[in-house]
This record gives sequence, structure tokens and C-alpha cells, in this order.
Amino acid sequence: MIPVAFDYHRPRTLEEAVDILRQYGDEAKVLAGGHSLIPALKLRLAAPKVVVDISRLPGLSEVRRSGSGLSIGAGVTHHQLMVDPLIAKLCPLIARTAPEIGDVQVRNLGTLVGSICHADPAADWPAPLLALEAQVVIVGPEGERTLHINEFIEGMLTTRLAGHEIVREVVIPRAYPASCAYKKIRQSASGFAIAGVAVQLEKKNRKCSSIAIGVTGVAQRAFRARLIEKSLQGAELDEKTIAQAARQVTEEVNDFLSDLHASAAYRAALAQVLVQRAVLAALAA
Amino acid sequence: MPMPRSTPSLSKKLAISVTVNGGEVRREVEPRLLLLHFLRDELGLTGTHCGCETSICGACTVFLDGRAVKSCTLLAAQADRRQITTIEGLAAPAHQPGSSGKLHPVQEGFWECHGLQCGFCTPGMIISAAQLLERAPNPSEEEIRRGLEGNLCRCTGYQHIVEAVRYAARKLGGG
Repeated sequence: MIPVAFDYHRPRTLEEAVDILRQYGDEAKVLAGGHSLIPALKLRLAAPKVVVDISRLPGLSEVRRSGSGLSIGAGVTHHQLMVDPLIAKLCPLIARTAPEIGDVQVRNLGTLVGSICHADPAADWPAPLLALEAQVVIVGPEGERTLHINEFIEGMLTTRLAGHEIVREVVIPRAYPASCAYKKIRQSASGFAIAGVAVQLEKKNRKCSSIAIGVTGVAQRAFRARLIEKSLQGAELDEKTIAQAARQVTEEVNDFLSDLHASAAYRAALAQVLVQRAVLAALAA
Repeated sequence: MPMPRSTPSLSKKLAISVTVNGGEVRREVEPRLLLLHFLRDELGLTGTHCGCETSICGACTVFLDGRAVKSCTLLAAQADRRQITTIEGLAAPAHQPGSSGKLHPVQEGFWECHGLQCGFCTPGMIISAAQLLERAPNPSEEEIRRGLEGNLCRCTGYQHIVEAVRYAARKLGGG
């Protein structure tokens, strides 16, 4: 398992990093924690001429307040998100998703931004990020642009990030309450999600005043379960109502994945069960 | 027609300086060299084991600036100007003033509680257990099992490993 030979750059500023990418474009790969890139290098699924290590760029490894929400820099690891007090306070869904990723060693180095740039359909982060309406801030030679997470991830291992661009941070535009949950069924070796469901809801009296449901692992790309959300919006969330709404998961998308871990029908069944569990857990939180 | 990529050109070697088990090491390495192979093949520190090579088994776990990481999923270049502790450096070095060269409490726990059979997973298991006890000095059984989720053992069934970690927690004053 020896990667193809490449040159290694560790720029001192983000501008310098963008400049290297401008020169090499698609022949360069960005490395932060390396937990998506290095496995791909070892399997020679990626064979870049140049690797640009951004892990030590100043200011990128921080969680900061951003307006009424917060910003997660490209160097922030899954472990940081588990323990950061600002995350716990303003965005508990992120704090609850982080411990479900990989294992201790993976969480110590892997990053949220790296994960979304890799766009593995079984990755966990897209589910909560869709539910939280996250924004992806991209820098490139022409300046800065921002894409909603739903636009950013195009499909399996594909994003709208150009070869000469870097994701600097992910912004969660506002603070969210504690009524949230992430539930998944793990592939037992890799820890990736065979199915994963993130729920963020808000209650008024006993009724659900707003609900967002992100689903990952089951289709070519993660998605919002809009039909289920619509059924639950304004409803009293008892078990029967939730179970009935969850059945609609098969109508949300038409590209359920089928592979050696799970058939499309099994994934759809898991998604349905996990929607119920996640909504109930969010209610109880 | 796209040209097939020509014979791989050798990349520029990289000068790195890594503090390994308290001592500074300087080498010129290929950028693609993994930390695991740097430790084993360049430095002869074969206590760090090469198991699955796919970031799953955890046999290659070492400390990078105090964080347990899988050295098969890290370039040696990423360890430049960082501190690495391998299993060989976990016990207090005997030559250090005031040190008896005794085993680390986790190593002692594995010895006392028979926390290994073939021993292949043990170095990585011990590093992860040491990380766990730093973060949770008095872990429950469930926390121990979760804390070691990134390390696979195919011999013990984990029960004696859990006991070894409990022993170490008591020894360190947590449990």
C-alpha cells in the first residue's frame, strides 16, 4: 500500500495554498487530517502530483462564533467537535454526531471539512449539516464564494469544489436548541453509516413547530426528507404519527444504494426505523 | 487520446525533524512515506505494528502530540516538528534521573491481568488505553470498550483487556 510519488507542500498562509492550487489545479490534493485522502492515496484511487497540507494554517483549526451561529474551520477535528463548549451550547446536533464517527484515533485527526470535501455517500456529517442549513465557504484564486451544503455536495464522491479551490470553513448560520439527535447503523469495520438520520426540531406547546431531517448512507448522496418533514410539521409528535410519516422515506429519493453491506430495500427499511428513533430521541432530548 | 502517465518520477525528498520518544530525529524522506514505515523501517522501532494498513485495526497506533493516531494513515511529513511517542517510549526511560524504568501503569495492567495472548494488537491497544485514561480517569466498562473501539484484538475476546485498563485506572488513582 504505497502511494504514488508526489511533492509535499506545507504553505504558511491560505493565500500561498491557493497559489499552489492555482498552479497545479486538479493535479493537486488538499490534506487536512488526511483521513479521506491518505486511504485514497494508498489505494491509488488518488494519484496527485502535489499534496498541499493545510493542517497548520493559522486560524483554521478553530470553532468561532459567526453572527448568531458558528464557524467550523477546515482544520477542526471530529474530536474537537465532541468537546468544544461553543458547539455544545450553540449546535448540540454537531456535538452529538461527532462521537458516532469512526473511532477515537480517526476522530483525533479527521476533520469535518475534509469529510464533506471527500463526499463519501456513507459519511455522517452531511446528515446533520443538511438539517442545520450549513453554508460552505470556499476560497480560490478569484476570491471567496459560499454554497449551501445541499449545493456543495453533488453526488457520490463529487462536490462543486474546483481543483484550485479550498474550503476554508463551514458556517452554521444560527444557534439551535437541544431537541436534536443523530442515529445510525454502522458498518462494523469502517464505522461508516449504512444508514444515518439527523433530526433537529423545535416544539411549541406539544406540537412540532419546525423539523429538519437529514438522511445519509442510503442513497448516492445525503438528502433532506422533505415529505416526512411536511407530515410532521405542526403535528403532535406521538409514536404513531412519527411511524406513519417515516414510511414515506422510500418516496424521498429513487436511488437507494445496494452493495455488499446492504441491499436497497434493507437500507430503505433502516432509514425508516432510524427516522423514528431519531425523532423520538430529539423529542426526549 | 490521453497519454498514459509516464514512469513515476521520484518526488523531491523532504527534510523532516521529529521528536520520537523524547529524542530528536532528522531524516530526508519521500513525501509519500507513511509514519508507520518511517518508525519501523527508518528508525527500527518495530513495536509499532503494521496490521491492516487500512485505518481499521489500530495495531499501528502511536501518540502524535499526545493524541492517539493510526500511523498507517499519516505521512511522516505530517509529523515534522511534532512529538511522537511509540510503545517503546511509553515507560519512563530508565536513564532519566529519578526514573526507575518501570512499566507504564497500562503496560503493568496488561502484564498483571493477562491482557494479551499473541500480542500483535498490544502496542496499539496500550497507547489507546493510555489515551482513554487521560481523557476519562475512571471509565466504566462501556467507556473502556468504546475507548478501544479503534483497536481490534482477535485473541482475547477483550475481557482481560478491559480488566487490564481497570487495573491501570486504579493504579493511576482514578478507579
